[in-house]
Amino acid sequence: MNENSFPQFTAIQRRAREKWTALQNGSQPLIYLGAASCGRAAGALQTLQAIQETLQELNRSAHIVQVGCIGPCYLEPLMDVQLPGLPRISYAKVTPEKAKRILRAALLEGDLSPKLAVGHFGDRTFTEQSGMPRFFDLPMLKPQVRVVLRNCGFIDPQEIDHYLAHDGYVGFVQALQRGPAGVIEEVKQSGLRGRGGAGFPTYKKWEICRAAAGEKKFVICNADEGDPGAFMNRSLLEGDPHAVLEGMLIAGFAIGAQQGLVYVRAEYPLAVTRLRHAIQQMRQSGFLGEDILGSGFRFNIEVKEGAGAFVCGEETALIASLEGERGMPRPRPPFPAEKGYRGYPTLINNTETFGILPNILRNGGQWFSQLGSPGNAGTKTFSLVGKARHTGLIEVPLGMTLRQIVFDIGGGTIKPFKAVQTGGPLGGCLSATHLDTPLDYENMRASGSIMGSGGLIVLDESTCIVDLARYFLTFSESESCGKCTPCRVGTRILVETLEKIARGEGEMGDLDVLYKVADTMQRTALCGGGQTAPNPVLTTLKYFMNEYLTHIQGRYCPAAVCTALFEYRILAEKCTGCGRCVQVCSSGAVQGEKKEPHTIDVELCIKCRACVEACKFDAIVGVPIAARQPQEVTL
Amino acid sequence: MTNPALTQFIQEENCDPGNLIPLLQHIQQTEGYISEQSVRQISHFLKISENHIYGVASFYSQFRFQKPGKHHLKVCLGTACHVQGGKQLAQEVQKQFHLCSGETTPDGAIDYEEVACLGCCAQAAVVEIDGAIYAKMTTDRLMKKLHELRNIQPVPAQADESCPPIPASP
Repeated sequence: MNENSFPQFTAIQRRAREKWTALQNGSQPLIYLGAASCGRAAGALQTLQAIQETLQELNRSAHIVQVGCIGPCYLEPLMDVQLPGLPRISYAKVTPEKAKRILRAALLEGDLSPKLAVGHFGDRTFTEQSGMPRFFDLPMLKPQVRVVLRNCGFIDPQEIDHYLAHDGYVGFVQALQRGPAGVIEEVKQSGLRGRGGAGFPTYKKWEICRAAAGEKKFVICNADEGDPGAFMNRSLLEGDPHAVLEGMLIAGFAIGAQQGLVYVRAEYPLAVTRLRHAIQQMRQSGFLGEDILGSGFRFNIEVKEGAGAFVCGEETALIASLEGERGMPRPRPPFPAEKGYRGYPTLINNTETFGILPNILRNGGQWFSQLGSPGNAGTKTFSLVGKARHTGLIEVPLGMTLRQIVFDIGGGTIKPFKAVQTGGPLGGCLSATHLDTPLDYENMRASGSIMGSGGLIVLDESTCIVDLARYFLTFSESESCGKCTPCRVGTRILVETLEKIARGEGEMGDLDVLYKVADTMQRTALCGGGQTAPNPVLTTLKYFMNEYLTHIQGRYCPAAVCTALFEYRILAEKCTGCGRCVQVCSSGAVQGEKKEPHTIDVELCIKCRACVEACKFDAIVGVPIAARQPQEVTL
Repeated sequence: MTNPALTQFIQEENCDPGNLIPLLQHIQQTEGYISEQSVRQISHFLKISENHIYGVASFYSQFRFQKPGKHHLKVCLGTACHVQGGKQLAQEVQKQFHLCSGETTPDGAIDYEEVACLGCCAQAAVVEIDGAIYAKMTTDRLMKKLHELRNIQPVPAQADESCPPIPASP
């Protein structure tokens, strides 16, 4: 790359690289701590305190680098230690006591506690020397390809210099050299499709917006990650905010905008803080302002906090919200690319789309198009959660099968696998027959689900499908903006019908109601939200009809979730009489002598599940209600 | 009675009706909730009706119209939390503290909210207490924690105070 045409950038970059090299090759140990929201939830801040106390006690100094989420959230809190001259070693589930033990051994005796380590970041020869696996050879990480997450977990997100030392803003400088048309051509070649879920080709949106006439233009980053069960955008903004902001600069330059806005969920306070800090650093380093790097390009970025409305993920609703109105969608066209925020042409892309852009500009569109599968270029991040053994944030090439994701990366489930839910509340529930389906935009749509922004919720036999459909529809009902009747009334009818089935009052005719209402909504709702809201019902009806029938005709909930449709029983052969369940029962329903099998009085039991959670032997199970004769089930 | 600090903020920030949401966020941050008086004041300065302001504010789940408690409890009802028992946590809070989402205990100790997703799905089920997120929560641990916070026993049950069915979001 010819960086010399921007001497100011070359100087900044050299300084940043020197700073990073000095940190890595310094004489002080480095301690990395995963301190994103997920790490903090698992206790990272207590671990941080323990690290600081231990250093003080031992009278040693070390650099503590608070990094973002590296991915395997189930191992958190993650603490890594890098002694001078040695690779970085990662330790999982580091409680304050464990941190003290590891640091004492490492700092006083140079003992790396290989038994406690999960992996190292060195080369393969170190594996032979130490007997520890490489971190990226762990089953959860090996099949992954990290493009947008490349810096998450490695750099301090509060340090622009760390980002610059890892080729940060090189993509933007490339963009300045190529000119707007060249940038759009590169994006076109890459085959990048919008990561918000719909999969519209990114370059097309850009071309429309670039061609649109307007004295001002805006770039909006949609970080209103409203899907319950999805946290990819949060992780990226917390772990590598500059990647997203650089993407916005590139987009702004390509379409001729002067102002960028990040619309971020107020529920993500750490992401908001990181963004504001990063923007301030950009301004100081000359990446924002009147004449960026002496190129004549003028751009500024502002953070706007959302106020909690799922529908604001829809672009026209998002704009209404930014304008101070109720976040209600309006019919398109005109599309925001022609007439958007305050009436000006506005480009709205998802956070992840922006995060990918610097990589495309830096490595070329050709490089990106070779990742993934034909027509579905590149990688995609997913939040792999629910009943999978290895939960966390992952990034895989598009086209990988669900089986690889759930079983190889996710490690499968403890109880038998039942389904995987994709695409959030507007997506669908796919059964075991779909495990070999490649995960891409077209295949997801063909199966009745959607790609969505990337939530993958793994379900096992303890999840009730009817309850899950009811859950999603309740969500859509309460989040429906109410503007159009099909969505406002349709979601209501779907919820009431599903509740009726869950209460044990379902009739076969209710299934027809579900189909009819869902069909009407798909055809007539105003926005994508209302049109896809019935997906959870339709896919569960399609792939899990048996379970609906068991609820309606068998009057039984096999997953022991719908409280009207099962009762608890203690299996005498599994119960050891430990008394744990007796202690937690708030209604006095569990009885029994110590060391004798216990029993549950079903009249007193309120099915709060406290005993099931307390039991270590899986001795408490849901069974059909004895007093009720099941009707014959026809499958 | 008007709040001079709010007036000053509106003038300094040069607020117009397009800034209504950041303005409401500012009020909630400084006063804890959106009071009738603050709505009246915004209406006066921005020259928009009180109805319009309530229309916008009540559309978004972030805004509350009741005075908050000393401690803040949020139970996450996102999908991952739902399948890992978030609903049971919410039901137990409703039952033991006689609280529905958006309410505060009569002694002003704890305010309670059911939220759609806190974004810590891999650690489900999670709750947020006073800004800190707690992972892999069980009903038993949550109740202990809350009684500790409040330092008293559960309130005795009163007649007819069942909450509406748990919505996925407040």
